[in-house]
Amino acid sequence: MSAIPTTPPVDPVEAGSDPRRGATVDPSANQRARHRRVLGVAGRYVLLILVLFISVGPFLWQISTSLKGPEENIFAFPPTLIPESPTLNNYLAVMDSLPLGTYLLNSAYVSIGAVIGNCLFGAMAGYALARMRFRGREGLFAMMIATLVIPFEVIMISVFLVTRDLGLINTLTGALLPVALTVLSIFIMRQAFVSLHPEIEEAARVDGAGEWQLFWKVAMPSARGSLAVVAIFSFMAAWDDFLWPLIVLRDASKFTLTVGLVFLDGQFSADQRLIAAGTIIAIIPVLALFIALQKQFFRGVGQAAVKG
Amino acid sequence: MIGRRWYTPWLFLAPSLLLLGVFLWWPVLNTTALAFTDTHTLRGGGFTGLDNLRRIMSDSFFWNALRNSLFFTIIVVPALTVLPLLLAILASAKLKGMTFFRVVFFSPVVASMVVAALIWGWMLRSDGLLNFVLERIGIINEPVRWLSDPSLVMISVAVVTIWKGLGYYMVIYIAGLQNIPKDLYEAAELDGAGPIRRFWSVTVPLIRPTMFLVGTLTALNAIKVFTEAFVLTGGGPNRASETLVLYIYQRGFSGLELGYASAMSLVLFVVVLGLTLIAQIWTRRRANP
Repeated sequence: MSAIPTTPPVDPVEAGSDPRRGATVDPSANQRARHRRVLGVAGRYVLLILVLFISVGPFLWQISTSLKGPEENIFAFPPTLIPESPTLNNYLAVMDSLPLGTYLLNSAYVSIGAVIGNCLFGAMAGYALARMRFRGREGLFAMMIATLVIPFEVIMISVFLVTRDLGLINTLTGALLPVALTVLSIFIMRQAFVSLHPEIEEAARVDGAGEWQLFWKVAMPSARGSLAVVAIFSFMAAWDDFLWPLIVLRDASKFTLTVGLVFLDGQFSADQRLIAAGTIIAIIPVLALFIALQKQFFRGVGQAAVKG
Repeated sequence: MIGRRWYTPWLFLAPSLLLLGVFLWWPVLNTTALAFTDTHTLRGGGFTGLDNLRRIMSDSFFWNALRNSLFFTIIVVPALTVLPLLLAILASAKLKGMTFFRVVFFSPVVASMVVAALIWGWMLRSDGLLNFVLERIGIINEPVRWLSDPSLVMISVAVVTIWKGLGYYMVIYIAGLQNIPKDLYEAAELDGAGPIRRFWSVTVPLIRPTMFLVGTLTALNAIKVFTEAFVLTGGGPNRASETLVLYIYQRGFSGLELGYASAMSLVLFVVVLGLTLIAQIWTRRRANP
């Protein structure tokens, strides 16, 4: 919060340097215009801070609840944002009664697996579709386009049956495989490779590079931007996923974080302090990742929109 | 393309074909086939023709669920098409601290939907924080039963979706706004257009393709709503927030009626297809006039 300046500076581009007005209008009108600008900037900050509270308020309230001790009434009226005697006991208690560390690792396993699968297999398929000529390419591509719009929710019953027949129910591999590759990832990678310059490839080929080397050493590095998009999207989708893990995972020790938290909610519906502590623990790793990679996140989401 | 063996492309495609074949293409065929059977997890089943379709027509729970999902979509799509645009304009200003604001606005996106629903479930209780705040600033006089009033519960679910989605679509709009040439704004300002006029005459026409994209994305996501409703209410009270996917999930995995659930999945697909078509026709006609 300390990053918000108390007296907002006037945007140098907007204020002052406006010869069109300054030249013809008398000084008092000029001053009025400047007043209006300052007010406009102040108004913007008021709105920004308002939205800030809407975005952050729910998190703050959750943190506050998680820090309240058992003797403090969490239903107090009026509610108290600052706990009377802050305690970390709820965090210890929730870690004690639930293997949240295991859930975090399970979620990380599925999410990282999804990132690797989508980036590697998506790029390999996209590369073949973009740079190689072979019989059946058009047909295969058409089949992918046709199934691009089919949401997982429509086929979840049959995905469950296949996973069961493969003996993967209640395994993390079963949680991973259906999200390990999407048609969309193949599409994004194909787009990236289509616009690759053939000369670079030819030069490498003359140097005696094989197909795999061409792909790995020439094509992949030049598609780094698209790879980042695919990585961020598959990570967010897998980390966020709830429906499929809920279907496929049975034992509490196999749960991903999302399923584990809902399980926690059912188990401790009496004590909101523990649920609050659990959700905060769940947010911290992914929030840290986002803050570390914020530029990539923003560029990824923005680019995906342009490409879509 | 010299010196390549015929199977090289297929080696590159092999992992993808395997994964897509097993977990996408086969399930698509199997869902279609199952939809015309009365398959049950325990007792199996056989071909029953259009029986499932007939059953859907007279299943009032199905229509209730479809209505809830459509109602939810109708609330979420306009909200998530317009509010993030306004937020993007606000966050595009060249002011100090804007990166900080953008990061904060995006933070609900990276918290998973389950976390968002748990946080809001706590705030939406009748004795929760939201009622207190709204009472304090004078919007309401008595506590609102956000999650237990059947006529309100779907709106409460939508509030969570909108809260979590705002930052995501804001980033898409910021990318779109950056593509609008600056001199258009300067020209409009020279002509004496105020900020509101500039918004309607410059921003809106030029951001329209992005708005249609966001509208399509939000509609296709909203019609599949599951997690928010499952975590917040479990579909209650009295099925007032039971969405289509929630109902399919319950029939398929609690009721074990795989055939019937598959038939309803096909209906869901038809609805998704319908939304996609509407969005495409609309986009073609209106987005690039």
